[in-house]
Amino acid sequence: MRLTQGAFSFLPDLTDAQIAKQVQYCIDKGWAVNIEFTDDPHPRNTYWEMWGMPMFDVKDAAGIVFELNECRKAHAGHNYIRVSAFDSTHTWESLRLSFITDRPADEPGFALERQEVDGRAIRYTTRSYAAQRPEGTRY
Amino acid sequence: MTTLETTKPTEKKRDRYSAGVMEYRKMGYWQPDYEPKDTDVIALFRVTPQDGVDPIEASAAVAGESSTATWTVVWTDRLTACDKYRAKCYRVDPVPNTPGSWFAYIAYDLDLFENGSIANLSASIIGNVFGFKPLKALRLEDMRLPVAYVKTFDGPATGIVVERERLDKFGRPLLGATVKPKLGLSGRNYGRVVYEALKGGLDFTKDDENINSQPFMHWRDRFLYCMEAVNKAQAATGEVKGTYLNVTAGTMEEMYERAEFAKQLGSSIVMIDLIIGYTAIQSMAKWARRNDMILHLHRAGHSTYTRQKSHGVSFRVITKWMRLAGVDHIHAGTVVGKLEGDPHTTKGYYDLCREDFVPQNLAHGIFFDQDWASTRKLMPVASGGIHAGQMHQLIDLLGEDVVLQFGGGTIGHPMGIQAGAIANRVALEAMIFARNEGRDIVNEGPEILKAASKHCLPLKQALDTWKDVTFNYSSTDTPDFVPQVTAAE
Repeated sequence: MRLTQGAFSFLPDLTDAQIAKQVQYCIDKGWAVNIEFTDDPHPRNTYWEMWGMPMFDVKDAAGIVFELNECRKAHAGHNYIRVSAFDSTHTWESLRLSFITDRPADEPGFALERQEVDGRAIRYTTRSYAAQRPEGTRY
Repeated sequence: MTTLETTKPTEKKRDRYSAGVMEYRKMGYWQPDYEPKDTDVIALFRVTPQDGVDPIEASAAVAGESSTATWTVVWTDRLTACDKYRAKCYRVDPVPNTPGSWFAYIAYDLDLFENGSIANLSASIIGNVFGFKPLKALRLEDMRLPVAYVKTFDGPATGIVVERERLDKFGRPLLGATVKPKLGLSGRNYGRVVYEALKGGLDFTKDDENINSQPFMHWRDRFLYCMEAVNKAQAATGEVKGTYLNVTAGTMEEMYERAEFAKQLGSSIVMIDLIIGYTAIQSMAKWARRNDMILHLHRAGHSTYTRQKSHGVSFRVITKWMRLAGVDHIHAGTVVGKLEGDPHTTKGYYDLCREDFVPQNLAHGIFFDQDWASTRKLMPVASGGIHAGQMHQLIDLLGEDVVLQFGGGTIGHPMGIQAGAIANRVALEAMIFARNEGRDIVNEGPEILKAASKHCLPLKQALDTWKDVTFNYSSTDTPDFVPQVTAAE
């Protein structure tokens, strides 16, 4: 399967030049760009690990792409990596863009477990095949 | 009522409270030197008096009939602080290029309204006055809701920002589709459409306004099969998915029962129709707040009173009321689709949904500055006769905080529902990607779509199928301060 979280998962994998353009768009809007990674891709896993702090003061996309490559050296191949942009504007104060830049070579996906409960109702659990192993040994 | 038909007073000077009939303008409902207070509710009406009725008198009568007046003088006014409670018409302007119609500005003291009640607000402002005989027609065009009144409402249960956080979807419009055919599918077949569309790449599917609990599909069957489809698609994609389960029913008790069942099954969103009424909408918004539920509103029925310019209530007023009432989604027009929607007027609705402060903009039909005072944002929904080939126009006109719903444009794809969903999602992502890169999507849109279709056969098929479909008719509800009638394009 292909995990379709993030804004650009239906497009072919992005090149560094393409990532830089998206990042520059965010910087030009005044948003702080952040790099995160995880080996638990569950759709409700909100808190991916942060690669340092959001880069509030970096004004050139090249700086962000440099950090992304540093993160890749440590984590690519067995993690998902995403780039996000925070907008601190009053009444927003949340993310404005988030997209996946890297994914593990093999994405085994999720099992859907069903527990039959009252009446015809079913309790559903989405379980990542990879996350059944301990963190750091999943991909 | 004969006094209304004369422009000059026929009576001799008399006391304000002598028994009998008196012109409204003389009873204190016309005060051209009145300066509205920051806490006043202001209403702007389009007044079309009967022939021979003076526009000032007609406008004063609207002020009177929507506040304290009756047709004759009553001595019991003198037991009250009646000057405060009288609505005051303070300005009457001719409507540009529309002989016989006037814009009347009327200010209402805050004490005339109950806190947090659209029912009370609307009972005054659009109550008896709309049937008043001396008027040929009357339309409520806009309202200025003072912060002091806005703050008595909860506003959207979830709001755009928290909805995006819950769904983990940022930086692009959300994608939806209404299940078709809207009537006749069994629960099992209906769930099939939901699964295919969500697995293909949509974020949401939707019940239509008239899907409730009919002989071909009882509501519990629909909810059960839809949640199977949602969960299965969520596992297949690793992405949060949802389906708007319509809980509209004949009684409040029945709606609560359906909403509770949706919650129990794990749905993230439920849906109601505008025709359930303002009080029921506010009750459901309170319920949604208590239960962490997104609340979708389908504006079924609104065109009966919003579409004609001469009489009724503008949709911009309904939009304001619904943001106060507390829904999270509202259908607000597509401009390019099959349903009514002038581009300027529609922009006005979208601003009222999404901005924290909306400045006066006559060309967009916005007559007053509106301060929302941090009321959560209402997600507009564009639905009805739109397809992937219009993606660049939709994003240019509607922005990215919107749900784009392609019903026929997903389910009618020649290679099936999943292919339709993929086509829409790829078109959407490619267009946002190109916009962020700084490309001129309005002019380069067709090229961008064509390039994206090289790595996506379903998109190529969608573009070939619907390439020339447009609904290019003149709108009936257009702003009066734009020189020409604007057609969708």
